[in-house]
Amino acid sequence: SRGAEGAAAPPVFTWLSDGTKDSESFTAAARDQFQEELVIRPLHSGDIYASFQFRTLWDTDFLQERQKVSHYRLFPKSLGQVLSKFSVRELHISFTQGFWRTMQWGQPFIPSPPGAELWVWFHDTVSDVDGNWKELTNVLSGIFCASLNFIDLTNTVQPSASFKPLGLGNATDHRFLRYATLPREIVCTENLTPWKKLLPCGSKAGLSVLLKSEKLFHSSFHSQAVHIRPVCQDEQCTSKAWELRQTLNVVFDLYTSGQGKKEWSLFKMFSRTLTEACPLATSSKVYVDITDNPEVKLKQQTVVLGDRRTYSVFDLTRAEMFGQLRSLNLLLRDMLRPLLHAERYVAGFGLQTGEIHTVIYNNHPYRAFPVLLMDSVPWYLQLYIHTLTVTSKSRDNKPSYIHYQPAKDRHRPHLLEMLIQLPPHSMTEVTVQFERALLKWTEYTPDPNHGFYVGSSVVSALVPSMVAMNTNFTQDQPLFSSFVPVKEESSYFVRVYTEPLLVNLPTPDFSMPYNVICLTCTVVAVGYGSFYNLLTRTFQVDEPSLPLAKRLANLIRRIRGVPLLA
Amino acid sequence: MLLKRTLFCVFEKQRGRYAALAIAAVVIVVGIPLWWKTTETYRAWLPFSEISELDSLQLQLSVDIEVVFSRGTLTPEQQKKFPLSHVNEKEHQVDAKTGLRYKYETRYRTATIMEEDALNQPTAAEADLSLHMLSESSCGSVVVYVIPETAALLPEDVKVYVGQRRTALLRSPPFKSSWSLKEVLSNLDVEVEQVVSTMSFSHQDIVAALSDRVRMAKVTKESMADSMRAIKSSPGYEITFSLLNPDPRSHSLHWDIEGAVQSCIQPLLNKLAPIANFSVDSQILYYAVLGVNPRFDNSVSAYTLSADSLSHVINPVEARLGSNAASSNPVLNFLLYVPDSHHSPLFIRDHSKREVPSNAFHSPRWGGIMVYNVNEMYGPEAERPVDININMAKVMGVFLAQLRLMLGVQHTHPPTGFVLQSPGSAGLADWELDRLLWSRSVENIATASTTITSLAQLLDQIGNIVINDNIAQQVSSAVTSLQSAVAELEAGNLAFALQYSREAILASERAFFDPSLLHLLYFPDDQKFAIYIPLFLPMCVPIVLSLLKIVSEAKKRRADKQAKSD
Repeated sequence: SRGAEGAAAPPVFTWLSDGTKDSESFTAAARDQFQEELVIRPLHSGDIYASFQFRTLWDTDFLQERQKVSHYRLFPKSLGQVLSKFSVRELHISFTQGFWRTMQWGQPFIPSPPGAELWVWFHDTVSDVDGNWKELTNVLSGIFCASLNFIDLTNTVQPSASFKPLGLGNATDHRFLRYATLPREIVCTENLTPWKKLLPCGSKAGLSVLLKSEKLFHSSFHSQAVHIRPVCQDEQCTSKAWELRQTLNVVFDLYTSGQGKKEWSLFKMFSRTLTEACPLATSSKVYVDITDNPEVKLKQQTVVLGDRRTYSVFDLTRAEMFGQLRSLNLLLRDMLRPLLHAERYVAGFGLQTGEIHTVIYNNHPYRAFPVLLMDSVPWYLQLYIHTLTVTSKSRDNKPSYIHYQPAKDRHRPHLLEMLIQLPPHSMTEVTVQFERALLKWTEYTPDPNHGFYVGSSVVSALVPSMVAMNTNFTQDQPLFSSFVPVKEESSYFVRVYTEPLLVNLPTPDFSMPYNVICLTCTVVAVGYGSFYNLLTRTFQVDEPSLPLAKRLANLIRRIRGVPLLA
Repeated sequence: MLLKRTLFCVFEKQRGRYAALAIAAVVIVVGIPLWWKTTETYRAWLPFSEISELDSLQLQLSVDIEVVFSRGTLTPEQQKKFPLSHVNEKEHQVDAKTGLRYKYETRYRTATIMEEDALNQPTAAEADLSLHMLSESSCGSVVVYVIPETAALLPEDVKVYVGQRRTALLRSPPFKSSWSLKEVLSNLDVEVEQVVSTMSFSHQDIVAALSDRVRMAKVTKESMADSMRAIKSSPGYEITFSLLNPDPRSHSLHWDIEGAVQSCIQPLLNKLAPIANFSVDSQILYYAVLGVNPRFDNSVSAYTLSADSLSHVINPVEARLGSNAASSNPVLNFLLYVPDSHHSPLFIRDHSKREVPSNAFHSPRWGGIMVYNVNEMYGPEAERPVDININMAKVMGVFLAQLRLMLGVQHTHPPTGFVLQSPGSAGLADWELDRLLWSRSVENIATASTTITSLAQLLDQIGNIVINDNIAQQVSSAVTSLQSAVAELEAGNLAFALQYSREAILASERAFFDPSLLHLLYFPDDQKFAIYIPLFLPMCVPIVLSLLKIVSEAKKRRADKQAKSD
């Protein structure tokens, strides 16, 4: 039990003067900053897409050799300790419930596959990357209350080209990269609570007030992510800073739940309204996409993902803003068709073989562009790589780069990476045949007849842009447009995740071992019994009895009084 | 013919009997050992006999005491017999299985010329320092300098001065020059004993340290409170300072925790380095509130927290603190709570309804909380948020006092006439460290020996547990380390004893918590037999039946023979 008792200060420690360190403490405090942002975009399908981004920037170095970072202000201590303990250079983790429908909704600001995805670049001083990775996944699973501890070597790959560091530094040695997905992971409140805890204002003030789990999980799509990377402190890039971006994307189906009315309000979506900005945030803004409703005031134009959109900006740090965000009526025009789109399915019949089809669409009317396709397939689907075909416009399309790492049973998955040139306005189909393996009986999941998940394929591409992209970093950009740095004006980076696959594997009858034991034992017992009988029975020579015919004959003879037969 | 048939019959019966016996013999000689061998769990050899020796622990603690007589305390006649040594032993039987023996080896000599010079310094502190420069006394030993009754080194009413190191100055009681040396020494003995029990271990401390083995019946309430308050011995500790700011809207708090830790906490931790590894970090938590609503007291126009409600304060805050993701060592939390402007000032009241002067309290084995009121630092019209610099000297003084309590640096209550030199910048005097080392070594030995004996008992009782070589090795190394720790204590090498006892505790915990112990622990017997029965039942029934038959026949034959002979 906890008692309580006053503790008196010993008089010894009064030499520390009060004022000497003041100037230092102020400069130290200014070294980290926090920004928050919410983008609301009505989607073509009538759904509302809300995207939160919280960004903490701290100019410190977690990977310093001599001095440990141990005093935290805005940056969460638990993540900071993880970064320095495991020498992590870049960490991206996402938890997603639902599937992002690219054809209906367009491109998300930050894409993520269904389930959990984790990819980490370790610092190149790490000697035992696999050991660090294993321990890191265990620690992260504790921090986020997720089953990331199920990530092991059998579902971890090292992509050679698809996942480049998004932050500073040009790491090319993919030995320090680890990528894993858990397509089966179910995301719920218990993952949201620790995620909210990482925010300096928690869920007490600012935009995070809106994050109420009963509304967030009553939606068509929910994705929350944490991205940590080193970035430039300023445009000259004289000093390095660590950036923590916490993003939360949610798509509300207000059209069907709102009796067919195309209108929305914050209260309808989140059952809360905004009352103040987080006092710790240097900027706190709400962007509302009004490209289709040009009559609203307070505009700012931004080019994001190859599309020029108009946003109405509400700055929450200014008090006069409150009371302006009311229910808005929507008017939607045809949206820009996503230029890149991909889907995937399993074909074939029976439980022995099958075929994975990945279909990639290039909707650009006249430009061809290359895409990087990455597939990580578990070892229990044995890929026949000689059956790999890539066809576009019913013609063979030879990938210019193939990186294939075959699986090892129970040790590592298949990794297939290809660079494919997509012709303009085309559909490219990638097929590969596989055979389903028989697992050991302890390797099956508790509900094996549900099937086994295969994580999404990842299509990464620099898509040619219809409008000029903004490559100028000096301007104060909204957070949602600045996650992936744009290097040239004519194209932008897009990552598209396909659906995860659900594959049935041949599933045995699980009472089999006991049946086999019983059957074997019975056979052994029967054999043994006869053998035992044969050995231990006492045999006696019996008087052979007369055959039935003779006995009948004797009976008749007795009646007749004739001598009997022997 | 008939005879032949009877003979055959008898022979056949005999053969059957032999066959049954042979099969039974094969089952017993080959079958059962084979089954036993193939289903046996692997159990490596453990040093059970040595462990059972450790079960009854006889600890001997040896202290080297040096009593140095300065000029003017003894007559030349009395000095003649120097140097002289004397061994004093005390035995305590703590309980049936635990015994303690204290061995005080006292050596008497006269002061060297250099020591005389040192003792001629104007103040006791300076004398202490110069004596320390002359010779480094070994860890755990005590040096007592006897100075003349009239010496000006100590103030009038001071009998004993205990320095920052391992030396004490003792004002000699009045000796008669006619006394023999023996009488002088016996006169001095009481005083020296008092000094030693202050500067070295006391029986109470040692018994309290044995609390893992011994029921706490004989221990006084105070040393029990001391040992309950102190955090358990562990190879490392995480010290976390958290600043709780429930109201970032009105207070912008700045604390120079880095500098404060460097100047206040680090010297103490450096001094404690032989005991454990410490790591210090800090964080700022916003919108973190206490679990209880303080009550407004009109009489002092302040909010108050009563001592009874303090136990409810910690739990809600603890959810925000977060655990250390990077290590599993116990965490000591120190929270600085700055009440929000609506609940200021806030004072803590003890059980007798008086305000606690430090405005802080601590929770045993968990940490401490200090309330820091800032309402007087700004006026009501000040612009929000108000920048506030926290006076770290005041805060750290309280936290340091609490840290000393948590680490088990006991309050010493010196007898009247004793003056203890304050520990200075290190925060801990050498002899205080020695006291801690004594009790920590004994505590480690007690804990490790209990762990090892209970592990051995457990493994002995449950035959299903697999003991692999790794565990056996850990157990043996724990046993050897324990034996060396006990031996080093006996020899008086305190530093080595602590080192070995730490190794013992590490190895024993590693063995005790090894996950491989759990593998077959829950392999229930009923299921095992359910699997065996289809084989065993059909095999054993005929064997048992035929054996019974053979036995009964043999009995009958013997009875027949007896009847015939009669």
